[in-house]
Amino acid sequence: MPSNKYFKHEGPWSDANDPLMCSDTGDWRTKRPVVDKEKCIFCGFCAIYCPIQIVKMKGDTHFEADLGFCKGCGICAKECPKDAISMISEGDFKK
Amino acid sequence: MITHAKAKTQIRVITGNGAAAIAAKLARPDVVAAYPITPQTEIIEQISKFHATGEMDCELVTVEGENSAMNAVMAASLAGGRVFTATSSWGLVFMYDAVLATAGARAPVVMVNVNRETPGIIAVSSGQQDMISTRDCGWIFLIAEDCQEVMDLVLQAYRLAEDFDIQIPVMVHYDGFYLSYLSEGVDVPFQEDVDGFLSVLKDQPERTKLVPGGRLGCGSHGILGGYLELRYKHMSAMERSKDKFDRIDKEYEMIFGRSYGGQIEEYRMEDADVVLVGSGSMCGTIKTVIDEKRDAGIKVGLLKIRMYRPFPSEVLVAALKGKRAIGVVDRSLAFGFKGGPIYTELKAFETKLDNAKMISFLDGIANTDITTDNVGFMIDTLCDLSCGKDVREVTWVCYPEAHAPEKTGGQ
Repeated sequence: MPSNKYFKHEGPWSDANDPLMCSDTGDWRTKRPVVDKEKCIFCGFCAIYCPIQIVKMKGDTHFEADLGFCKGCGICAKECPKDAISMISEGDFKK
Repeated sequence: MITHAKAKTQIRVITGNGAAAIAAKLARPDVVAAYPITPQTEIIEQISKFHATGEMDCELVTVEGENSAMNAVMAASLAGGRVFTATSSWGLVFMYDAVLATAGARAPVVMVNVNRETPGIIAVSSGQQDMISTRDCGWIFLIAEDCQEVMDLVLQAYRLAEDFDIQIPVMVHYDGFYLSYLSEGVDVPFQEDVDGFLSVLKDQPERTKLVPGGRLGCGSHGILGGYLELRYKHMSAMERSKDKFDRIDKEYEMIFGRSYGGQIEEYRMEDADVVLVGSGSMCGTIKTVIDEKRDAGIKVGLLKIRMYRPFPSEVLVAALKGKRAIGVVDRSLAFGFKGGPIYTELKAFETKLDNAKMISFLDGIANTDITTDNVGFMIDTLCDLSCGKDVREVTWVCYPEAHAPEKTGGQ
């Protein structure tokens, strides 16, 4: 029998309270946004510009991308007015 | 086909398109969206008329093209409505992405497709190429033989599509020109009987639907595991629809007095040695010729495919097992295969059929008539095959030039 692991219903229905996707798009990322907390002024531009809206507040000091979904597009790094976000190759984290 | 005498009937002489329109009206859809295309236009004309005179209480969306038509009915269906649309050939191709999306969303849309040759060669003529070109779109495909069956199949399609255990869109196919414009006596069901037949759906759990302000959305991403889960559910529902369709046929008989046999219809098959496998309007002609051949002592039968998707594998094998020679008549081509598409699919069961001899007949393409002579030729060829004579594996019955001897010598 098919399981209901990803979808509770017979068709591709999703509850909008949860992310409207069941795919871990973070797997697609080749570069990861890393925030320099010293430079961050908590302006929130990165969260506003994130095309899939997965940059979330971390306490009241800085913003951080949800790496489960971040595809590494780099828009947050480009828009950051303080150049506080660097795009680091994923390979560097696996070493 | 089994027919019972009934206390009261209303026989009307109507076309296949007329039957489809009246069937749609009897099903009381909430939303109809469609765009005219030959040879389907008459259905939409009729429905527009029913709508204008108030006989039909539905939203009629006059869209600018078939792609919008399918998107409109898919959305209405996901909002919980009963929907209807109709198309043919180029229209079906133009809505193809939406046809796939409707299946993926498991929206129980009912659509009539009046078979016509597809784009490529501009042909305003009958043929099942449009059906074949969309066969793996995830819809259930039903095929009607005559105008009465068009009426009956559209009504049965709603019971099948909207059944809580199924939830798959259903396409009802019938031959353009041969049935779309053919006037026949059709026993038109009474509204109260149709309401009773469809009321079973109201007793089932409510299917998931879009609610204004609600938080449920349909058409979500499903990559890897999610994709596989949805496809597996879809395939499982496809399998369930086979038995379900047989049961709906039986229930239909109880109320309306007509039964066709469900997934397949068998005609004089019990003691048949050789069998023709066909679908659609050609089956009427084939039955007539079979009666003549039977009078002449030839044991021949017809297996009519009524449900083409899912492929009725189990009942086909059971009905064809032990037959000496099988000829499949295709009204379309499977590009890249020499034989017709249904022939090619049936070949997959060759070993289960004790290696019965099978051959392919291509006929009726581009409005060529499948005449009684043509059918007689096919049955004679099958008899030759069953006697061990050498016959062609694939015969272009409607294009004998394909088998003219090649010229030899010189340029």
